[in-house]
Amino acid sequence: MEPIMALIVGCLYAAAIYMMLRRSIVKLVIGLMLLSNAANLLIFTSAGMQRGAPPLIPEGALRPEGIVADPLPQALILTAIVIAFGVLAFAVVLIHRAYNIIHTDNLDQMKDTDT
Amino acid sequence: MRPEVALPILVPLLTGALSLLAWRSNIMQRILSITGSAALLICSIWLLISVHQEGHVVMQMGGWAAPWGITLVADMLSAIMVLLTGMMALAIAIYSLGSATPSHEKFGYYPLMHLLLAGVAGSFLTGDIFNLYVWFEVMLIASFALLILGGERAQMEGAVKYVTLNLVSSAIFLSAIGLLYGLVGSLNMADIAVKLNQTEHSGLVDVIAVMFMVAFGIKAAAFPLFFWLPASYHTGPVAVSALFAGLLTKVGVYALFRVFTLIFNQSPDFTHEILLWGAALTMITGVLGAAAHFEFRRILSFHIVSQIGYMLLGLALYTPLALLGGVFYITHHIIVKTNLFLISGIVHRLHGTYDLKRLGGLYRSHPGLSLLFLIPALSLAGLPPLSGFFAKFVVIRAGLEAGAWVVTGVALVVGLLTLYSMIKIWAEAFWKAVPEGVQPQPPQGVGGEAGLALMYLPIILLAGCTLFIGLNGQPIYLMAETAASQLMNPQGYIQAVLGGVGP
Repeated sequence: MEPIMALIVGCLYAAAIYMMLRRSIVKLVIGLMLLSNAANLLIFTSAGMQRGAPPLIPEGALRPEGIVADPLPQALILTAIVIAFGVLAFAVVLIHRAYNIIHTDNLDQMKDTDT
Repeated sequence: MRPEVALPILVPLLTGALSLLAWRSNIMQRILSITGSAALLICSIWLLISVHQEGHVVMQMGGWAAPWGITLVADMLSAIMVLLTGMMALAIAIYSLGSATPSHEKFGYYPLMHLLLAGVAGSFLTGDIFNLYVWFEVMLIASFALLILGGERAQMEGAVKYVTLNLVSSAIFLSAIGLLYGLVGSLNMADIAVKLNQTEHSGLVDVIAVMFMVAFGIKAAAFPLFFWLPASYHTGPVAVSALFAGLLTKVGVYALFRVFTLIFNQSPDFTHEILLWGAALTMITGVLGAAAHFEFRRILSFHIVSQIGYMLLGLALYTPLALLGGVFYITHHIIVKTNLFLISGIVHRLHGTYDLKRLGGLYRSHPGLSLLFLIPALSLAGLPPLSGFFAKFVVIRAGLEAGAWVVTGVALVVGLLTLYSMIKIWAEAFWKAVPEGVQPQPPQGVGGEAGLALMYLPIILLAGCTLFIGLNGQPIYLMAETAASQLMNPQGYIQAVLGGVGP
């Protein structure tokens, strides 16, 4: 399973970087979305994938019985998804406002503040 | 329970939440803003005193023991940074009374500012690497919204770059956390440091180290990842620019200091060598960029980049004296740079422009302001007896002792070019006469004379701090020395977090 996941993660990163290098700000935001998804899947994969029971501790015991899944990566990913969702919502509104004000979606024409 | 570690985060969070409740009342928000910032300053002084007495102050959140729960931990470096956050918060809060327009206030200027401060303080105090990511995001989302308050064209352009680069940096940071967790199975920074020393040192550790370096390097605006900063910092409202200039990039620098002294200290030949040359190039590009510009806030923005180089130099040399210099430099730089941005706001208020070619005659009309500009400007360039001289002196002395001749030479030349930039602003904005054909604009801004006085007050206080550090630097030097020795010997930090010194 890990090699397939690694490939998927690699493809997502590649797609994200390709999209971010395009000139359109819409594609830029799509690239950012893919990038955050790639990072989430990377956490999922690198933390070790195993089939395990839910990590529930029986009453009176100090540790769960048998092989259990590591709940921490899932908590990390959940947090990261929520954060990425909020930030992307902001980014979408930002490019909409930027388009209304600058009247272009071409990043090459947004150079006034660079030089 | 050690409330003083949690309070610098809770106070601005609470202030932000309360000012959201008072959304319709600008006056209530102003009162809350001043009270909240003053409370933050008091809490940060309390924290500094505690840290000074005990070395490390640790609090386990929710009573969960160290490697499992989230730990808040303050060592001397964190305490100094939090104290500076408190000082800048109060300065900006007072300044904002005179500079924030009603339209900014109506769109949540004060709540956002305090949420930003909560993010900054959280980043300084957390002992958990994922928690650090969360505080970074809290800080970022507030800074995004603050940067585009007003919604002008330049702000939109700047914000697109700022948002993109910072989100890329967050994604790299998150990926690095994932890989690190896969390697050691822990998120507590002290625990990671212990476990990383026990695992076999493989190439993956260096890869992760460089990923952290890139992620924090973008946030700190280090070469070659700095270009979002001069493209965006000069576009926002001036008080926001000042807050960003003082605190935000320094959060990146702080994270580099923390991670590359505590966690990735195994192969300094590799990681710190990259940092060393990155620092040299950061200094050069920043100062050359500033030399080419004729816009007040853009020059200052480029100088943030060049000064980041000195701080990184302190980290990269990785000797006790160099780290001391780095910490001293951060202290000096936050105060001075915020102050310069605040002064640019007053200049804009008086003449209606930031363009040096359209400014002039300020020395004749406002000699007091000119003097107030000279103190931080000359301090930035490193002239004795101001704070910048001692900061540069310690860093360069450390460079000479470590035998890094080229980089030390670069640091000296960059200091000279900094002086050139500051003299350029002095000559253009203050010394020369008002250029012909430029109509003097009536003073703008809110609050009239009282508003202007409120803008002067933090500038005078911060200039006083610069003079104080310059003339009486011993206490700051001693604090930086403690911070540096704690950074060089992370055992104390690890023991304080993991050693069961719980609530």
